[in-house]
Amino acid sequence: MKTENPKAWFFVLPVLLLVAFNALVPIMTVVNYSVQETFGNNVFFWQGLDWFEQILRSDRFHAALGRQFLFTFLILAIEVPLGIIIALSMPRQGFWVPVCLVIMALPMLIPWNVVGAMWNIFTLPEIGLLGYLMNNTLGIPYDMTQNPFAAWVTIITMDVWHWTSLVVLLSYAGLVSIPDAYYQAAKIDGASPWKVFRYIQLPKLKMVLTIAILLRFMDSFNVYTEVFVLTGGGPGNSTTLLSIDLVKIALGQFDLGPAAAMSLIYFAITLLVSWLFYTLMTKDDEQ
Amino acid sequence: MRKRSIIPILYIAFLLLPIYWLVAMSFKTTGEILSGFSLFPQTFTLENYRVIFTDPTWYWGYINSIIYVSLNTVISVSVALPAAYAFSRYRFLGDKQLFFWLLTNRMAPAAVFALPFFQLYSSVGLFDTHLAVALAHCLFNIPLAVWILEGFMGGVPKELDETAYVDGYSFPRFFVTIFLPTIKAGVGVAAFFCFMFSWVELLLAKTLTAVAAKPIAATMTKTASSAGYELGLLAAAGTLTIIPGAIVIYFVRNYIAKGFALGRV
Repeated sequence: MKTENPKAWFFVLPVLLLVAFNALVPIMTVVNYSVQETFGNNVFFWQGLDWFEQILRSDRFHAALGRQFLFTFLILAIEVPLGIIIALSMPRQGFWVPVCLVIMALPMLIPWNVVGAMWNIFTLPEIGLLGYLMNNTLGIPYDMTQNPFAAWVTIITMDVWHWTSLVVLLSYAGLVSIPDAYYQAAKIDGASPWKVFRYIQLPKLKMVLTIAILLRFMDSFNVYTEVFVLTGGGPGNSTTLLSIDLVKIALGQFDLGPAAAMSLIYFAITLLVSWLFYTLMTKDDEQ
Repeated sequence: MRKRSIIPILYIAFLLLPIYWLVAMSFKTTGEILSGFSLFPQTFTLENYRVIFTDPTWYWGYINSIIYVSLNTVISVSVALPAAYAFSRYRFLGDKQLFFWLLTNRMAPAAVFALPFFQLYSSVGLFDTHLAVALAHCLFNIPLAVWILEGFMGGVPKELDETAYVDGYSFPRFFVTIFLPTIKAGVGVAAFFCFMFSWVELLLAKTLTAVAAKPIAATMTKTASSAGYELGLLAAAGTLTIIPGAIVIYFVRNYIAKGFALGRV
């Protein structure tokens, strides 16, 4: 049981100040831009909610948002089941366990633009390992700078490479915490492997999977660097995800008003979907 | 070896292939890379690494990155410790709301904040300093550190605190001499995560620096575009960015699984 203690505020004050400095001032700047028009020289005109209306009606935004949702959906649909399967098939103890875990964590510690550059080198049609194997050994035409479908397959594969380990490590942590007695009981009852998974392992995984799905949702929905370095949003606009489009508008065209409005809409969608995931997945616990 | 071990083995092979390719390419000459496909370096060369270790614009990139990442890790963990203690032990006005608000900052797309961050840190005179990047990365690292530490602290029974107070320990003495050693795995894991997310982030780090504090990852993008197609050099620089991460993982290898579950299993 936690005790009531108003002085606890002093403990959280440093955190509050540091995060607020980083969060509130920039978000107010963004809000400020989102309702004004500027022609440079720090001269601003009140614009109201026009930018929001313009963004919400623009086909370009709808297309980028659609691509973003498709990307995130594919990522979750592939990485979560794959991660669970890998975690289930890993040994529970032994010399190889820490080795496996360290190698699996490695992709997550590589700077994001290096991940993009690495996959770029890996997939170059004539001189990259994957590109060469596909084109010259398997005879499958593959060039992600020309073919939108190949570009999509590549960014999805890259993300699976980069982040599936997060799901694996989380699930694995959940699985090793299940006492052996549970498995013995299941064995005595003659439970099938599916029943063991459904009634022993999956319930134990619920908490960690909630964390995994939330983190994967937030990060894949906000993905920028890796995809930008790898494809630059191309070919054409085929891999221009929401954040890439946002940076194009803000820094490429320097349309600060629309970019700011888009930022806020973007942030609102991320918050809303995260909150939905969170309440849906934790609903059973409260009952 | 059991039959199902084949799945992790295939997965690890898949993880290592692109890394192998990067490392292999870093030992090739640019001429060899562009002349065609070769699975192993034909003319093994250390020239790419020599360039990086002798050119200050390259190796200072590494030093800069390590400085701001370490600074960020120290700041994030030290302010997150008392806060996580408060969240795990006490109820206070607005605690749940505050906790959720902290987490929402983890959800903010860095792309949204890039420009305002530039203006904010320019206006307080911190632009192009290591401190600017370290502070900016606090935005997502402090919430994460609080979240992880709160998970680990929740696993420590409250009786430990109460016994210490009965024994006449003051709060600071209890916290440093008894509580911290108890949750040192959690501190290690939190530090690991702060290191990780600060090390891999580039968009903010690049936006907030120009010359003096420029991260290695930004040096790479610049060189890649200005020097044309120096793939070997790029690969060598990329290979070197993997090493700090690998060292840090080695230290937390025994806590890694629990750490990724944020102490909540």
